[in-house]
Amino acid sequence: MAVKLPIYLDHNATTPLDARVLEAMMPYLTTDFGNAASRNHVFGWKAEAAVENAREQTAKLIGAMAKDIVFTSGATESNNLAVKGAAEMYRENGNHIITDLIEHKAVIDPCKRLEQAGFQVTWLKPDRFGRVSASQVAEAITDKTILISIMAANNEIGTLNPISEIGAAAKQRGVLFHCDATQAVGRVPIDVEAMGIDLLSLSAHKIYGPKGIGCLYVRRKGPRVRLVCQMDGGGHERGMRSGTLNVPGIVGLGAAAEICQAEMAQEASRLTALRDRLHRGIASALDYVYLNGHPTERLPNTVNLSFAYVEGEALMMKMKDVAVSSGSACTSASLEPSFVLRAIGVSDELAHSSIRFGVGRFTTADEVDYAVGQVIRGVRELRELSPLYEQAREAARSQAGA
Amino acid sequence: MPYSDKVMDHFSNPRNVGSLDKNSADVGTGIVGAPECGDVMKLQIQVDSEGRIVDAKFKTFGCGSAIAASSLATEWLKGRTVQEATELRNTDIANELSLPPVKIHCSVLAEDAVRAAIEDWKRKNGRAGVVAGQAEATKGA
Repeated sequence: MAVKLPIYLDHNATTPLDARVLEAMMPYLTTDFGNAASRNHVFGWKAEAAVENAREQTAKLIGAMAKDIVFTSGATESNNLAVKGAAEMYRENGNHIITDLIEHKAVIDPCKRLEQAGFQVTWLKPDRFGRVSASQVAEAITDKTILISIMAANNEIGTLNPISEIGAAAKQRGVLFHCDATQAVGRVPIDVEAMGIDLLSLSAHKIYGPKGIGCLYVRRKGPRVRLVCQMDGGGHERGMRSGTLNVPGIVGLGAAAEICQAEMAQEASRLTALRDRLHRGIASALDYVYLNGHPTERLPNTVNLSFAYVEGEALMMKMKDVAVSSGSACTSASLEPSFVLRAIGVSDELAHSSIRFGVGRFTTADEVDYAVGQVIRGVRELRELSPLYEQAREAARSQAGA
Repeated sequence: MPYSDKVMDHFSNPRNVGSLDKNSADVGTGIVGAPECGDVMKLQIQVDSEGRIVDAKFKTFGCGSAIAASSLATEWLKGRTVQEATELRNTDIANELSLPPVKIHCSVLAEDAVRAAIEDWKRKNGRAGVVAGQAEATKGA
């Protein structure tokens, strides 16, 4: 069977909208356009009912109560609200925050802003697989610690953190635990009760929902978490996020969450098989290929590989028709390679050579096989061009001859 | 980021890929850049007794623009005299390839590689110092 080009293998960046999600959203983009805050007519009631249904669907996916869900514009806003909102609210209790070096920028930058405002931030260094341990977190807690923010899964390498253990460590010392679960939700089981999570960020567009909608889970019981809102206005969402609700987006998030809930177990094993087919297919044909991230404690859909002696952006150009992303500096304006890879001890050279592959719900084995072929061809061609590969081969030859 | 057709052409069909004998007296080798910066260019020229560049080869580790810039440089070098080659400027390469601002350093690297290769050849042939600077960039292959 011929594959349809181009092929999308960048599902950690975003996912396509599931047709079932669009179907659920359509009425709220057309006939049922009411404002969920309009209390006095049927248009408003319909919108409100749809929002509350979606709140249930979303909460269920993470083991939360519906009332704990605060809808936002996405994970960046959720992270900002969680980190800054908690810091402002609990400042009298202390000024210390614990996070790590490979969080998403939407956690790192709010923490840096808080540092400028006088907060102390401990930046934990993950291990070489990208994991932060519960004991690292526990050791960093002081009497002044008011918030711990650790991601569930890393967006570049897919490594999963031991969230239950970190949650337990936080709970033991009575410190609030925020988890950016944007990459993990819908891909691996997440349960805010079992994992001791007090604040959790997620986004619809990573789980086959629409862009521009997400939520922050804010625990209401045991303990009741309070936040200083970052958006003043009409007092929507328990006063934590003012602004007319994005009804079609919220309905889409709910529908997407419900599908994940129903299909996650089966989908995860299918994606793991595709991910490993991709990895094996490449690694069996090429030498000097290195996995970035944890070999097993990793998202089912993600594999990040470094191809030594080949620059990542050039490789992406070679495999045109296959959409992936790279930790190479040449893909960013900063001229610095991926800070995530550097933080886990990957050399700058190999960081420049990294490619992130992310399979998804609609990825087929034929697409994976096509991508494998493109990668192998691209790496071989670029290594023929690479003075570093030539040097490595010469060094290997002289060593063998010696 | 969309590249110009010329970059895509040089990237897809690079000219003059390969290596010349770095130990040969009529060959000058320039290696510039650093792997940890994501760009390494090796550019070599072969010069005849008249001072004319009869062959040029390159190998580049780097992004598409870096590969295109070195490919274009080798194309321009062939048939020119060493003196003419010293006049090659990075802006010529950047303009020819319509490089975006973030990729200008690729053309700078190509100019450095050309100068380093010329310097190496001059040193081998007892004409060192004729081209100022850049010699430190040459580490030999």
